[in-house]
Amino acid sequence: MAGLADTVVKTFNGLKKDPLGMAGFVLVSLLLLATVFAAWLAPYDPFEIDVHDRLSYPSAAHWLGTDQLGRDILSRVLLGGQVALKVSLVAISVSMAIGFMLGMLAGFGPRWLDRVLVISFDTVRSFPTIMFALAVIALTGPSLNTVIGVIIVTSIPQYARVVRTQTQALRERDFILAERAMGASMLRILRDHVLPNIAAPMLILASMDVPAVVGMEAGLSFLGLGVSPPTPSWGSILNDGYSYLRNSPWPIIAAGLPLIAVTLGFTFFGESLRDIFDPKLRGRSE
Amino acid sequence: MNTPLLQIRDLSVSYRTGLGQLQALRHVSFAVPAGKIIGIVGESGCGKSTLISSIMRLFAPNAWVDNGSIVFRDKDLLGLSPDDMRYLRGNEISMVFQDPMTSLNPVLNIGRQMAGVQHRSSSSRADKRARSLMMLERVGIPDPASQLKRYPHQLSGGMRQRVAIAMALMTEPSLLIADEPTTALDATLEVQIIHRLQELQRDIGCSILFVSHHLGVIAELCDEVIVMYAGEVCESGPTRDVFFQPRHPYTQKLLECDPARIQQRTRQLPVIEGSLPNLVDLPQGCIFRQRCKHGIARCATERPLLAGDRHRTACHLSGTGS
Repeated sequence: MAGLADTVVKTFNGLKKDPLGMAGFVLVSLLLLATVFAAWLAPYDPFEIDVHDRLSYPSAAHWLGTDQLGRDILSRVLLGGQVALKVSLVAISVSMAIGFMLGMLAGFGPRWLDRVLVISFDTVRSFPTIMFALAVIALTGPSLNTVIGVIIVTSIPQYARVVRTQTQALRERDFILAERAMGASMLRILRDHVLPNIAAPMLILASMDVPAVVGMEAGLSFLGLGVSPPTPSWGSILNDGYSYLRNSPWPIIAAGLPLIAVTLGFTFFGESLRDIFDPKLRGRSE
Repeated sequence: MNTPLLQIRDLSVSYRTGLGQLQALRHVSFAVPAGKIIGIVGESGCGKSTLISSIMRLFAPNAWVDNGSIVFRDKDLLGLSPDDMRYLRGNEISMVFQDPMTSLNPVLNIGRQMAGVQHRSSSSRADKRARSLMMLERVGIPDPASQLKRYPHQLSGGMRQRVAIAMALMTEPSLLIADEPTTALDATLEVQIIHRLQELQRDIGCSILFVSHHLGVIAELCDEVIVMYAGEVCESGPTRDVFFQPRHPYTQKLLECDPARIQQRTRQLPVIEGSLPNLVDLPQGCIFRQRCKHGIARCATERPLLAGDRHRTACHLSGTGS
């Protein structure tokens, strides 16, 4: 456990030197707290309709105004954050778990298996994600689970490819050869030696993938293919706001800002983490 | 004479390369008797690593066994199923690698790696830990309990190699393959590690196949020595005989080149003229012919076979006392 404490200390020391990373970390923490405690923080019931107070501007009663049905936008945005977080958490962890397995198999297994897997990754990746999502949703009907499913299927190749490359690089390392010489099975080598060596870069990748997934969910919900009304999602709030843009810009601002905050926060944080744990990569993205 | 622990007969291994078939090992035969330390010397590219990977059966994907057998106890390793082979690795045969900087997993602490090596044992975590401590103590690591918590990068090269040796000997194997285990260490450490290995070998009673290109270490440590050149065994025998009465011209040259043997002050160290033959397109006759000063007509046409009783040489001239 000393290793974990060291890691945390190292992360904080690194963040202190990197103001953007620190800003990202603060943003991410605030977003996480806000969504986790959404039910307590929300001043109103996000489904409560008040036809007398529609499309109002921000006031002391409604900090972010109300939408076309007089529902409190702040409460809806908070709940929408929960949806976004749930989707990204489930989708990223499942696709990462599957990506890990397939990637390690491709990287460590026989060459024919590697070929088969890489071709299938490329096939999935060559599909435009939105088109794929539209096709699936046309078949199954809009629902949040379908959105999660589509995101999982389309993100697996991304993780699997990175895991595969890292596994291939590790495969020829002496300590893996040493383990094989000590009679360790493939499963043991992958679980005890390959996994801990590639977990850190994968977590960083995952943190940088959150904005993409949140954006995807918002996009599909904006098109009416994600959450079904009256459940709020940042995408569906944007869509409602878009229709009433002439009356009030506030629904768009209220749902758009957190989307931007998620993107900036996770990207800054992820990049900072990457720099802290892999200084070799620093500056390569510029 | 009792049967040797490991008996390699007429082993030929080649690699399939873009240029053709590279014959890395040709007709290699030797035996490792139980409880003995056998040294293998030879320059880079002489097939030492291929030989080791053949014994461990951890071949490169393009390696191919053309011929021969590797009999360990009474089993031909080349005929074993992958699972049976895997069972032997780490249990009966284990290995220490050349570079201790890369042979330990950088993200796991020593304790976890040492417990991991005992994956076949059903003993409790505490027992595994106790066994790890005992092994660390045996290889001469001070304060083993605190070392278990440390990561490889926190240890010096010598310490790491001791840990690697402790891990390899954890299961008390009957054969330890040491692939230049001291090459990456400095001279003082080298001596310490060699003596430690000798002690452990006596205690455990295992055989060691010690690969090195350091002649001094081989002379110090090994009971018998095998000299390899370009994928063939050119001379083998008891260390004393090979070192004091080398019969093969290559061995003679090799010993002349050992800096420890040079008496006069000189500007240039002696070298063996020429370079290794192309193993894809092998020359006829003796493999060492082009670099040998004593060549006779027969050398160009006929490959010399390993001949002799205990001290064996593959040279047409070996009988004539060149």
